[in-house]
Amino acid sequence: MTANGFYEEIIIAGFGGQGIMLTGRLLAQTAMEAGKEVTYMPSYGAEVRGGTANCMVVLANEPIACPVVGRPDSLIVMNKASLNKFAPRLKTGGLLIMNSSLIDTEPQLDDSIEIITVPADELAVELGSPKSANMVALGAYLQKRGHLTPDAAAQALPDVLAKRYHKTLPVNAEALRRGAEFAKACCTSRAKKQ
Amino acid sequence: METVFTRTPTFKDCPTHYCPGCGHGIAHRLIAETIDELDIRDRTIGIAPVGCAVLAYDYLDVDMIEVAHGRAPAVATGMKRTNPDKIIFSYQGDGDLAAIGTAEIIHAAHRGEQITVIFINNAVFGMTGGQMAPTTVLGQITATTPQGREAAGEGFPLQVSELLALLPGAIYVERCALSGAAGIRKTKKAIKHAFELQVGGAQGFSLVELLSPCPVYWRMTPAESMEWIEKEMTKVFPLGRLKG
Amino acid sequence: MSERVLMCGNEALAEAAIIAGCDAYFGYPITPQNEIPAYMSRRMPEEGRVFVQSESELAAISMVFGASATGKRTMTSSSSPGISLMQEGISYLAGAELPAVVVNVMRGGPGLGNIGPSQCDYFQATRGGGHGDYRTIVFGPSSVQELVDCMPLAFDLADQYRMTVVVLADGILGQMMEPIVLEKKPGRELPPKDWALTGAKGREQNIVRSLWLPEGSLEKHNNKLQAKYEQVQKNEVLCEQYEVDDAEIVVVAYGVAARVVRAAVNKARENRIKAGWIRPITLWPFPTEQISKAADEFRIFLTVEMSNGQMVEDVKLAVAGKAPVLLHGRPGGGVPTVDEILDKIKQLSIPTKS
Repeated sequence: MTANGFYEEIIIAGFGGQGIMLTGRLLAQTAMEAGKEVTYMPSYGAEVRGGTANCMVVLANEPIACPVVGRPDSLIVMNKASLNKFAPRLKTGGLLIMNSSLIDTEPQLDDSIEIITVPADELAVELGSPKSANMVALGAYLQKRGHLTPDAAAQALPDVLAKRYHKTLPVNAEALRRGAEFAKACCTSRAKKQ
Repeated sequence: METVFTRTPTFKDCPTHYCPGCGHGIAHRLIAETIDELDIRDRTIGIAPVGCAVLAYDYLDVDMIEVAHGRAPAVATGMKRTNPDKIIFSYQGDGDLAAIGTAEIIHAAHRGEQITVIFINNAVFGMTGGQMAPTTVLGQITATTPQGREAAGEGFPLQVSELLALLPGAIYVERCALSGAAGIRKTKKAIKHAFELQVGGAQGFSLVELLSPCPVYWRMTPAESMEWIEKEMTKVFPLGRLKG
Repeated sequence: MSERVLMCGNEALAEAAIIAGCDAYFGYPITPQNEIPAYMSRRMPEEGRVFVQSESELAAISMVFGASATGKRTMTSSSSPGISLMQEGISYLAGAELPAVVVNVMRGGPGLGNIGPSQCDYFQATRGGGHGDYRTIVFGPSSVQELVDCMPLAFDLADQYRMTVVVLADGILGQMMEPIVLEKKPGRELPPKDWALTGAKGREQNIVRSLWLPEGSLEKHNNKLQAKYEQVQKNEVLCEQYEVDDAEIVVVAYGVAARVVRAAVNKARENRIKAGWIRPITLWPFPTEQISKAADEFRIFLTVEMSNGQMVEDVKLAVAGKAPVLLHGRPGGGVPTVDEILDKIKQLSIPTKS
């Protein structure tokens, strides 16, 4: 956050095939359509070989300094390796959205960090669309942060999703909403350890 | 008096810088004649190499460019792709085409670029002072093979035309010799055929290799050079149509 | 198109080149600019224009040389190691006075280096790069929109001055997505390309060459090039500055580094530190006059670069000893953060504060 107010740096991470890049692009597209300043930075080249994927999104009400995010305000992690890699980088008071379907450990983090554990894969399977776990997680993030709505993301989805997948638009919109509902209902999962 | 022979207009009326007995002048004339006979001067672009023929634009009266050593086939690609109606030819020596420009010539042929390449093989680097070329024959003495070229360490003479003929993109590859009237007549026919293919829109790459005399760096008289082409060079570089 | 669209730098510059009338693209894959040839391979044939994937960067720049010699608008792109290979062709383009646009999406070096973002090719780009006494015009855009906006100008300047124009981006700018507006704007009025090789129809032959053998002819040719470069230096400098008038510390940065500097200077001002910035947009011609003028009053100059200090030499030449010039450099793929630049500014401000 700066004097102008809104400046949010996000890292989204997981493994290849979880739709990490699409999630980041959707967040960026949604923010752009809402009139915000936005940058989206993918991991690229040799970095993405070997199955890990991450991207960085910056949303702001002012010109964005750098699209490379060192210390995120928010982190969405879809697998354990990504949690281990990125959770220590979270800013004080940051937000962690964690896919508990694939992460069985609880991270040791500063108490100021809010942790939302979302069983994203399970919720996606319940919706009949196992591949929509990324949308569930994004929905949870949008709900917690509140600067963009899951419905706005659903509206932006056709702009980032390849045409051949457009038949999945309704179920992905549903997944965004399901993630948001889950985040709304749950409190921070972590009992504050003294 | 009846005129039985005259300088073809595209071959400029000026003395060349070539050494006595050199083959470049003959090759230039044959290209100029071909351009005039096919009436394509106003849509032909020629590419001069780095080598003795770097000043070819001083002798051939067509639009011409002089390019980096070995890159002529890539330059030709850039020209032909953007100007499919133009007739593009490159004129390259054995250092240019068979040494530093190997990648460019192979890939231009491989892509089937619709260009015509005139390849002058005189088994030596002329402009830089008679050093070994990839096409230098075994035992040949050059500035950098003072004991004669040896296969061990220096390799055998490189038969580029044979290599290129293997590529599906090459539709016409022929080797001729600028030795004697018969050889020159055959060469003219081959050059003209290569140009005709391009003029007719044939889908592919064409190349004519010319075994060409370099008396100075062969340490021979012009007459001995002609004989050496026929007796020695053609053993390593047999004449004839290799493709098409 | 005039609505905002989200595009990565590589694809955006490719589309901008198409809008600017690029007739032919030639290139060879290398990270982090692979989106450019991939995009061109699809879009150029759609527009009835030319795309060729070459066998090497040497061939790519030579294809550009050939297409340019026939009067076509043409470009290539690559990243640092590939641009090194292209220096041969860029030198020939300079000698033969052919227009071309070369995009360098820089990565870390030397050697194979890495694929991280870098500004380590500043020297190479702004000093010509290849052999011989020549210059290239160099843009150092700092956003995807600016990258898009400099493409038509790059083609116009290339044609106007018959020079190579280098667009110096980096891995971040090439890969990042930002909202942009793509639209065709009227270009410059340009001289006819009567030198082009089009077939000598109804005229004398045209010759395109870089060889000048007769005694004195190359010196004359070089002096002609030099006169042209002086015109470029005089007329084509682009630069942006902010809060320099009362600044005690002026931060000089270009490209992605300049974005970070802008944020750091804003924070410094919030901390009541009198900081400002100067951002060269053309790296050659360099905004020497603007920086020299700023140095007429005593200030500290801090250059921030994603290298171990290359542009800092041009800043020193401009400042000409009138003020101290310091460097904050991050080589090898390192990207400076707002806080780290702010810290540097704070350190420098101590002697002049309180």
